[in-house]
Amino acid sequence: MNDIRKYFPVLNQEVNGHPLVYLDSAATSQKPTQVLEVLKKYYEFDNSNVHRGVHTLGNRATDSYEGAREKIRKFINANSTEEIIYTRGTTTSINTVAAAYGRANVNEGDEIVITKMEHHSNFIPWQQLAKQQKAVLKFIELEEDGTISLETVRQTITPKTKIVAVTMASNVLGTINPVKEITEIAHENGAITVIDAAQGAPHMPIDVQDIDCDFLAFSGHKMCGPTGIGVLYGKKAHLENMEPIEFGGEMIDFVDLYDSTWKELPWKFEGGTPNIAGAIGLGAAIDFLNEIGLENIAKHEHELVEYAIAEMEKVGGISIYGPLDPSKRCGLITFNLDGVHPHDLATVLDMNGIAIRAGHHCAQPLMKWLQCTATARASFYMYNSKEDVDAFVAGLRMAKEYFNDVF
Amino acid sequence: MSFNNLDQLYRSVIMDHYKKPRNKGSLDENSVTIDMNNPTCGDRIHLTLKINDGLVEDAKFEGEGCSISMSSASMMTEVIIGKKVDDALQLADIFSKMMLGEDYSDKYDLGDVEALQGVSKFPARIKCATLAWKAMERGVQAESK
Repeated sequence: MNDIRKYFPVLNQEVNGHPLVYLDSAATSQKPTQVLEVLKKYYEFDNSNVHRGVHTLGNRATDSYEGAREKIRKFINANSTEEIIYTRGTTTSINTVAAAYGRANVNEGDEIVITKMEHHSNFIPWQQLAKQQKAVLKFIELEEDGTISLETVRQTITPKTKIVAVTMASNVLGTINPVKEITEIAHENGAITVIDAAQGAPHMPIDVQDIDCDFLAFSGHKMCGPTGIGVLYGKKAHLENMEPIEFGGEMIDFVDLYDSTWKELPWKFEGGTPNIAGAIGLGAAIDFLNEIGLENIAKHEHELVEYAIAEMEKVGGISIYGPLDPSKRCGLITFNLDGVHPHDLATVLDMNGIAIRAGHHCAQPLMKWLQCTATARASFYMYNSKEDVDAFVAGLRMAKEYFNDVF
Repeated sequence: MSFNNLDQLYRSVIMDHYKKPRNKGSLDENSVTIDMNNPTCGDRIHLTLKINDGLVEDAKFEGEGCSISMSSASMMTEVIIGKKVDDALQLADIFSKMMLGEDYSDKYDLGDVEALQGVSKFPARIKCATLAWKAMERGVQAESK
């Protein structure tokens, strides 16, 4: 995996006089040359609007745009490209389900079930939907180590439950959730599942037919693609029955003065000129991920996390959140260092060229569960190395010494 | 690795206020209460001010946050207690200029607050330092309306 680094030009720089160690890929990943070149080529040679006009550039842009949709379909093993909707990102994808499916199918007294570990993007849309529809919002409580027990899932989901929304991998705890089993329990109770795969798609193979989930959402920018492009997968049977939530160009069939009809799937959910370059860039990112192999990426991250946890424990005074068993978690570590606020820690590391995240990670209810207001997070991707972990751990030791001994 | 760069930001007086905050707590009777947070990072402050006849008679704060935000709150309360409302607002303005690295009036003795000057060189941390001052400004303005 070590020569993968050469594909990521951004990593080849110094920050505050030190070589950049980028440990914030859970927030956004870096982009390989392969993606950057496709974006450049699109704007330099093919830039044109899609699904309009008959000219050559328009055809090329449309072919690339729809070609990327097929790559995405294959990437998550969806049945058909009709089930792949381009969005702005995970947040828009989930909001689309909440608005288009939720408002039509959730009524007063119905239940929406989510977990305590959800990112705000898979939390607030359901909280607001529950308020609007006078539905009951219920939470799957977490085990002490930050995992989900299927027993608790069975106790929480009832025949009144209409929607179960759960993350594939937690952006804070790192926990990988049993989304297939949760979906099975939801279906037994007549509920549908919405899977937040923002932290899943970049790091592990996904098969939506095997999971049997009803909806699944992810973002391009966390998986080597550009920002502003994401995906909503939905089972065709659901999507066909859903009304669009954005109206305008691109998504219409016939427009009359007092009524209109919509294009077929997936375009009825893609009003307005889409993020064409973003979609093509995401397609290139998927080609890149396939070339490296998601299994290889997962294995590499797994090794880094195992090594990092062992090294961090040697520093002393570090609390790590989420399951300590590396086989239960993805490639990120959320933690606190005694006596050093995460912001202060992030500044010390930044002075050494190391980028980590500090704060509540868009998961305030989870922070309450963890009983802390802020935490620090180091997240790894295919381009990180053991040397990165060593630099990071040296930074932790320095911060510990600086704040606890100097003052 | 040296600590030189860090010393620009983390002066010992800052760490002293962080570890031994002044005016920590909450005023109860007849006080103005302001709760503010920094939604991007989770820092929060609960500030209570006792204002009478245009004078800030007392101030106390509680909160959670990094060394910069909490020491700034501690220093802010120290410098505004006993000041006229107008002076407190001018101090907030001076502090904001200090954070932006702009010139500011030397009309007031800023005391320990001067130690926060180095924050202006760490753009990501300016919001930490200004939280308590924004809360104070809001409280003083609400009371003097």
